[in-house]
Amino acid sequence: MANIKVYVPRDTTACSLGADSVAVSLQHYFSNNDIDCEVVRSGSRGLYWLEPLIEIETDSGRIAYGPIGPNIIDEFIAAKCWKINKEHWSYLGVVDEIPYLQKQQRVTFARVGVIDPLSLSDYENHFGFSGLKQALDMSGQEIVSQIKDSGLRGRGGAAFPTGIKWQTVLDTESDQKYVVCNADEGDSGTYSDRMLMESDPLCLIEGMTIAGIAVGADKGYIYLRDEYPLAFTVLEEAIVLARNSNFLGENILDSGKNFDLEIRLGAGAYICGEETSMLESLEGKRGEVRPKPPLPAIKGLFGKPTVINNVISLASVAAIIVNGASSYQNYGVNRSRGTLPFQLSGNIKYAGLVEIPFGVTLKDLLYEYGGGSRSGRPLRAVQVGGPLGAYLPESQWDTPLDYEAFTSIDGMLGHGGIVAFDDTVDMSAQARFSMEFCAIESCGKCTPCRIGSVRGVEVIDRIKAGENSVKNKELLLELCDTMVTGSLCAMGGLTPYPVRSALEHFAEDFESGS
Amino acid sequence: MLQYYDPNKNSQPGQVIDPRRDYGTPAISIDADETVQLVTLSIDGQEVKMPEGTSIMRAAAHLDINIPRLCATDSLQAFGSCRICLVQIEGRKGFPASCTTQVEEGMIVRTQSQETAKLRRNIMELYISDHPLDCLTCAANGDCQLQDMAGTVGLREVRYGYHGENHLDAVKDESHSYFTFDPAKCIVCSRCVRACEEVQGTFALTIDGRGFESKVSAGQNEAFMDSECVSCGACVQACPTATLMENSVIENGLPEHDVVTTCAYCGVGCAFKAEVRGDQVVGMVPFKGGKANRGHSCVKGRFAFGYSTHKDRITKPMIRNNIDEPWQQASWEEAVEFAANKIKTIQKEYGSDSVGGITSSRCTNEETYLVQKLVRAAFGNNNVDTCARVCHSPTGYGLKTTLGESAGTQTFDSVEKSNVIIVIGANPTDAHPVFASRMKRRLREGAKLIVADPRRIDLVKSPHIDSEHHLNLLPGTNFALLNALAHVIVREGLEDKEFIELRCEDDAFLHWKEFISDPKNSPEAMAQGHWSAGRAHYCSGKTLWKSR
Repeated sequence: MANIKVYVPRDTTACSLGADSVAVSLQHYFSNNDIDCEVVRSGSRGLYWLEPLIEIETDSGRIAYGPIGPNIIDEFIAAKCWKINKEHWSYLGVVDEIPYLQKQQRVTFARVGVIDPLSLSDYENHFGFSGLKQALDMSGQEIVSQIKDSGLRGRGGAAFPTGIKWQTVLDTESDQKYVVCNADEGDSGTYSDRMLMESDPLCLIEGMTIAGIAVGADKGYIYLRDEYPLAFTVLEEAIVLARNSNFLGENILDSGKNFDLEIRLGAGAYICGEETSMLESLEGKRGEVRPKPPLPAIKGLFGKPTVINNVISLASVAAIIVNGASSYQNYGVNRSRGTLPFQLSGNIKYAGLVEIPFGVTLKDLLYEYGGGSRSGRPLRAVQVGGPLGAYLPESQWDTPLDYEAFTSIDGMLGHGGIVAFDDTVDMSAQARFSMEFCAIESCGKCTPCRIGSVRGVEVIDRIKAGENSVKNKELLLELCDTMVTGSLCAMGGLTPYPVRSALEHFAEDFESGS
Repeated sequence: MLQYYDPNKNSQPGQVIDPRRDYGTPAISIDADETVQLVTLSIDGQEVKMPEGTSIMRAAAHLDINIPRLCATDSLQAFGSCRICLVQIEGRKGFPASCTTQVEEGMIVRTQSQETAKLRRNIMELYISDHPLDCLTCAANGDCQLQDMAGTVGLREVRYGYHGENHLDAVKDESHSYFTFDPAKCIVCSRCVRACEEVQGTFALTIDGRGFESKVSAGQNEAFMDSECVSCGACVQACPTATLMENSVIENGLPEHDVVTTCAYCGVGCAFKAEVRGDQVVGMVPFKGGKANRGHSCVKGRFAFGYSTHKDRITKPMIRNNIDEPWQQASWEEAVEFAANKIKTIQKEYGSDSVGGITSSRCTNEETYLVQKLVRAAFGNNNVDTCARVCHSPTGYGLKTTLGESAGTQTFDSVEKSNVIIVIGANPTDAHPVFASRMKRRLREGAKLIVADPRRIDLVKSPHIDSEHHLNLLPGTNFALLNALAHVIVREGLEDKEFIELRCEDDAFLHWKEFISDPKNSPEAMAQGHWSAGRAHYCSGKTLWKSR
C-alpha cells in the first residue's frame, strides 16, 4: 500500500479537544502494525464543532472525519476509517465539499488547515513565497501602490487603508524604520490571528517581509499575546525555517535587501493591542496609550517610522502581490474590499472561521453558516467586533457586513469577531460587563476610562436595583458621552457602544427586578 | 562666552516668559541662530503667532487664556491624560487635548463652549467621586490645582455619590523625612512619575497596576525612603494636589510670601523661592527663572534649610576680647565698632598689610565682591582671598590663560544642545546633581558621553545612561590623556584652524604644536607609561562639553 497521509490538526482549539493524543494514538497504531501511513500535523480548517477533524489523503481529495476525540480514536481505528469507511458515523466526505467550507472564499486562509505549517515545501507548493519573490523585483512604491489599489484596510479593527499607512512610512525619511505586527488578539470571540499564526505562520512572515521591503524597514517585531503559547512555538520555528532558507535575514534571496524579525511576548494586557500602548510595551515600558499625533507611521517604535498592521492585514499581502490588486479588489462591496475572516462564537451551532467577501448580511452569516443558536432557543443579541462592539438586535441583522454600513448603525465590524446570545441573555449584565471589562483592562492613563468605567458599573447596578432609575439612566448616557468624547484612545472611547446599544435595544432588561 | 545657548536670548514669540507663570507645556527649544517657522492661529477670536511645534495650550497661555488642566505643567512634556484641557478646533471632529495638539497655520480654536464646559465638568465629577472631601483641613488648601479646577469648571454636584469604589483608605507613606505621600488624594496624573523621569532622571517612580487599580509606586511598591528616590523634590513640586506634600507645609501651613534667592550649597547657583511665613522659612522651592537650575533642585537646596532656624545658628553679633573669654552678645553698633577698632589697632601696630579677608566658597559672588571691596577700600591692602582659590587655582589659571576667563565658558543651558559630552575629573551626579540631571536629560535624548575617570561614577552606567566610553585611567593621568588626545588631533590635522587663526598667538601656538607633536605625547607612548609623572596635572572638578 502506498504511503497515505493522515492529517491531524495542531491548533490550540483542536489540541484542547485532544488532537495531540489522537495523533499519538494513530502514529502508534501505524508503526506497531507496519502500516505505511504518515501522520501530518496540519493546521485547522476552522470548523470547530468538528474538531479534532481528521483528514485522509485520497486521489479524489482529502476525506474528513470528525469530531474524533481521544475517547473515539480506538473505535475510529477499529473501524479502519483511515482506509476510508463511508459508513462511519463521523464520515464527512471530501473536506472541500463540506458546505461550510465550500461556500467560503478563502483567500488569506487558502493554506490554513491544508498544509503542514512548518513545511517549507508545502508552503512553496501552495504559492508560498511567490509574493515575496515578485516583491523583490518591484520598487517600494510599486508594492505600496499594489496594496493601495487592492483596497485592503486594517483588519485589526480600525479599518484604516493599509496602503496609505505604508505610503506614509515609505515617504518619511529615516535611518531606521520598523514593521510591527500586532498579534495581541484580545477581543472576545476572536481567533483568526491565532489560527493563521498556528496554521500558516510563513504567510505572516512573508507578508511582513514584503512590508519591510516596501517601506524600507529592515527590522520587524511580532507583538504576540502571551496567551498563545502554541502560536509562539510555531512562529519561532517558522522564523528559523525562513531564515535558514534565506527568506529572512540579510541579502534575502540574493536581492541585496535585508529584513529580519523577532517575536516579543505581551504580558496579558488587553490595552497592549492598542497600537501606541503596544509600542510602549515593545520599548520595554508600561503599556500605556500615547497621544496621537504623532502617528506611529511617522514617529513609532523607538521614535522611528513604523508600519503597524494586524496579523490578517499582513497575511493578506502576499496573495495581493501574487494575484494582483484587482483580484483582491474584486471581492467585497463599497469601500470594504476583499474578504474578512469572520469568527463565529458564543451561543452558535456551528462555531468557526468563515472567510467571505464583505457584503453578506449578518443574518446570513448567523444562519447560513452558524446554523442558529447552539441551545436551540431563538437568538436575541449579537455582539460584532469584540468587547467594544455594539450589541445588535434582530432588527439590525439585515445589515450587510461592510465597515461603513456597520458604522451607520453605531456598530463596528472590528476584527470580525461575532458572539451570539440566545433569549436567556440578560443585556443589562452584558452592559455591566462592558464597563467592568474596561475598568479592568483600561491602561489607567486617562480619567474618563479609568474612573468612568468603574462608575459605569455602579450606575448600572443602581439602575437594576431600581434606585432613581430615570435619573441614573440619564447619568449613564451622559457618562457614555463623556467617555466617547473625552477618552484618550478607543478603549474608553468605544466601551460605551455596547452599553448604549444594550440600553437602547434591550431597555426591558434594565427594569428593576427584570 | 562663545557659542553658548541661552533659551531666552531668542526673541521669538513664546520664548520670553514670566517665570512665575505655568504655561502648561514646555517652550520649544530654539537656539539664538536657529530660524523657526512661525504659524498664525486664532484662539477664542484672538490671533497669535507661535513657533511651530508649540502646543495650543501654551499658545493660549501667551494670550492670557488659561485652559483648565491638571496633568499638564510646563516643566514636563505634554501627556494628555487628564482630559480637562480638551478644546474644539474648526474643521476637526471631536475634542482634541490642547496640551498634546500642536499649533497649525490658520487653526481656529475655541477653548470655551457649552460642550467643552459640560465635558470638563463631567470629567471633574469623575475625579471628585474618588477624592476625599476634606478641603478645609487639607494641607494643600489654597494651593491645590484640583480644587482650583473644580472651581474653574463649575462643578456643583457629584451625581455618582461618594460611596462607590474609591481609594480613600489608601495608606499614607510617611517614610520620608521631608515629605508625605498620601495616595488617597492622588489623581493619577503621573506628574510625579514624569518629573522623576524627565526632570530628575532617576526613574524611582512608576504607575503600578492598570485601570482603576493604577497607583503611584516608589520603586517596586516600596516606601519612598527604601526606593531609588534621591529626595530631589521634583515630584513634590510637580504634584497638583496634596498627594505629595512637604512636611514643613503640613506642619506649618502655606507660606504667605516668598523671596527669590540663590542656594549656596554648591557652585551651581540654583535659584530658589524661599517660602516664608513671617520670618520663618517653611519651604524652598526651585525657581523656574533660575538660569542654572531652570526650576529643578537637589535634596540639599530643596529640603535642607533647617539651618535657618537651627538653635546653634548665630543670629546676633557676639564679641570677645580674648579666645579664652566666653562670647558676649552685642548690638550691631557695638560689634562693628569693636571690630573696626581692633583692626585699626592691629594695623597701627603692625602695618596696614597686617590684616586681610578670606571668604568661603559658600559665599555668593556678590558677598565675595563686597569683602574684597572692604579689604581694598577700608583696609587699604590687597590681602583678600577666597577658599575656592585653594582648590581651583590651577583650573582658574588654566582657563584664564587659554580662554581669557577664569570661569566656565558655557551656560548650563548649553548642555541642552550638546551632542558629545566629555566628563573628566568630575562626578556631577554626586557633586552637582542639578546640573547632572540636565545633562542626563540630554544623554537620554541621544547625546554621546565619554567619562574619563578612575572611578566608575554613576554616569558610566545608570538607568537610561550608558557612557559610550569609560576611560578609567590611573589617578593623576588626566594630563597625559588630554595631551595624547591633542597629539592625535594635531598629527591628523584635525585642529580647528579658523579658531586658531582668530584666537591664538602664532608663536605660542607653534611652540605648543611642536611640543605636542613630539612622539612622547602620542597615545602609544602614553599607554606605555613613557610620560613623565612629574608633569602631571590634576584637573579638578571640571566638566567639559563640546557644543555641536
